[in-house]
Amino acid sequence: MSETHKDYDASKMGMWLFLFTEILLFGGLFLLYAAYRHRYAAAFHEAGRALDVVLGGANTVVLITSSLFVAMAITALQQGRKVRCQWFLALTILMALVFLVNKYFEWTAKFQHGVYPGSEHLAALPQGQALFYSLYFAMTGLHGIHVLLGASLLGVVMAFVARDKVRRDDYVLLENAGLYWHLVDLVWIYLFPLFYLIS
Amino acid sequence: MHGNGAADAGFWAPLGRGGLSSWIFSTDHKRIGLLYLALILAMFAAATTIGVVLRLKLMTPGNTLLGPQTYNALFTLHGVIMIFLVVIPSIPASFGNIIMPLQIGANDVSFPRLNLFSWWLYVFGAVLALVSIFTGSGAPDTGWTFYVPFSERTTTNVNVAVLAVFVLGFSSILTGLNFITTIHRLRAPGLTWNRLPLFVWSLYATAWIQVLATPILGITVLLIFAERVLHLGLFDPGRGGDPLLYQHLFWIYSHPAVYIMILPAMGVVSEIIPVFSRKPIFGYKMIAFSSLAIAFAGSLVWAHHMFTSGMSDLAVLVFSFLTFVVAIPSAIKVFNWLSTLYKGSISVEPPLLYTLGFVFMFSVGGLTGLVLGSAGTDIHVHDTYFVVAHFHYVIFGGTGLGLFAALHYWFPKVFGRGYDARRATWAFWLSFAGMNVLYMPMFVMGLQGMPRRYYDYLPQFAPLQLISTIGSWVLVAGLALMFGNLVAGAFHGRRAGANPWGAATLEWTLASPPPHHDFPQTPVVERGPYDFTGVSADE
Repeated sequence: MSETHKDYDASKMGMWLFLFTEILLFGGLFLLYAAYRHRYAAAFHEAGRALDVVLGGANTVVLITSSLFVAMAITALQQGRKVRCQWFLALTILMALVFLVNKYFEWTAKFQHGVYPGSEHLAALPQGQALFYSLYFAMTGLHGIHVLLGASLLGVVMAFVARDKVRRDDYVLLENAGLYWHLVDLVWIYLFPLFYLIS
Repeated sequence: MHGNGAADAGFWAPLGRGGLSSWIFSTDHKRIGLLYLALILAMFAAATTIGVVLRLKLMTPGNTLLGPQTYNALFTLHGVIMIFLVVIPSIPASFGNIIMPLQIGANDVSFPRLNLFSWWLYVFGAVLALVSIFTGSGAPDTGWTFYVPFSERTTTNVNVAVLAVFVLGFSSILTGLNFITTIHRLRAPGLTWNRLPLFVWSLYATAWIQVLATPILGITVLLIFAERVLHLGLFDPGRGGDPLLYQHLFWIYSHPAVYIMILPAMGVVSEIIPVFSRKPIFGYKMIAFSSLAIAFAGSLVWAHHMFTSGMSDLAVLVFSFLTFVVAIPSAIKVFNWLSTLYKGSISVEPPLLYTLGFVFMFSVGGLTGLVLGSAGTDIHVHDTYFVVAHFHYVIFGGTGLGLFAALHYWFPKVFGRGYDARRATWAFWLSFAGMNVLYMPMFVMGLQGMPRRYYDYLPQFAPLQLISTIGSWVLVAGLALMFGNLVAGAFHGRRAGANPWGAATLEWTLASPPPHHDFPQTPVVERGPYDFTGVSADE
């Protein structure tokens, strides 16, 4: 095809469909969580107490703030304020990194206490608690990968903004990257209470 | 437009610098569709060969031809290749890509580069599947369902195989996403939802299943990988996990997946029957609606694969009932096809023959599906050859013949040449007879208690096993004749005009083969897809 075909609505529609698939990808894990929480309610309650609500809460604030920043980046570009847009994108990516560093400390602390998938310490715990941690690592791990992917995507879009490939009259890529970032945020909004606040 | 471009090569003509890279990096939907078709047929040949070898082993009881471990690996490979590399992408990825944009009067899909990317993902998945066979400690031996706990414990190369499935699933999702967007956004002016060809309707329903069900498969196989590598214990009963939950997750995708397999074939049938009966399709709206109904109801029946798993009786009852519900839209389609044929001016060309083959095989497979869907009878035939026979009737007799019908119907459009109709007819009857001789005895053996996937069997099954194996030879002869005939046609067949069958959908208004840039100007649609007034075959 010689001429490039631009269809704003199609791009948005494609992105929303893709977001459905992401929700369903996590949906399989949420299903497992629901089944095991139902079966081992007391053990989940007990295991949840060992997670650090302050660290988790801080990460929640970090992600919600990053969502605000990406929304402001989109508005800035729509108003034609390119530099402002780039600043907000940089702030969003910075927040993503803060989240991941925070997560790193949280996980390594757990590892030092012998809490990691397949560990002897977990094997000695009641089965429900071990499953809680397996789900915790699987779900926050998959979410962490999505944070990394989302931040990289925003980085690519930032480079496109710099080269005016994404600009005031053609910003659908930025908008879609923003949508993806909101999804990453949204998944965490569910993960946080399910793991940190259930005790 | 009558045949004006019949003599030129259309989209086959060299582009740019030409050569291989003008194909494997092309974003033209027709070229991508053909790339899919070529790979799918190659994979089909490989998996058919494995199937024939398996039948050869089962011809006589006892330890013959293959060792037990090789036998397990081969039936796993046969399943994995056939399901994930052949049947799931079969019609949507090949003819969906080539024909669907033409049928809606578009010049391509909404996201052509994404389309190319999903083809590359398919290639990558196929390579991973090959790697899983030849590296590590042996080819996977779990069966295509990767059931836990065995898939967590076997030392064979399951890790790479499940990654291949994940990548192939991703490819399938992207194709579905692309098709939904395309059908919403790129229909030609006047092409309302009520004028949409039924093939497009069936692809639309299929695409929704691809988008909504495949992610569950993705997470399920990722979990198998994580269980094996990280020892999460989520499905390990020794650590509080529940293997039944694996089965639920697996079938939440894999049952809707059979509708990914069959719906596009039903769409092909709905295209072909009116053309060769010279009559508008009977019950257009009901056929379109029943595709969506199958897609919807089909996603609520997964646990009928688990009646003997120890699930609660209530769940068994509910899932059994819902399974029967799916039979209704399926039957609506069959009756509408038959009503279309009734008092039609029928010309029995090869595409119609394959289509009628589909209707027969699908009816046998569908009705025996009810035997399996009803909880009481399922207990008796669960995990026996009855299931194998049912599945092959629906998927090979259904989707397989549907793909062959599509091949024979759109062949002149895609290749710009015809094929020998007499040989195609012979090939059909051989394949059709072979299929029935191959699979019909399996129904009987299943009722008599022959379990599936067993390496050896009691002497009482020997005669029927032998008949079944003979059927596989007849079938292969038919397939060889069919493909030989088509290949000969592609090179030496008579030049085809724009509309050799006298069909009324938009792809037949273009030259055969269509030019690189499909429609010189955007068509305006003022009639239904099966309104044959004033439409006739050329020559």
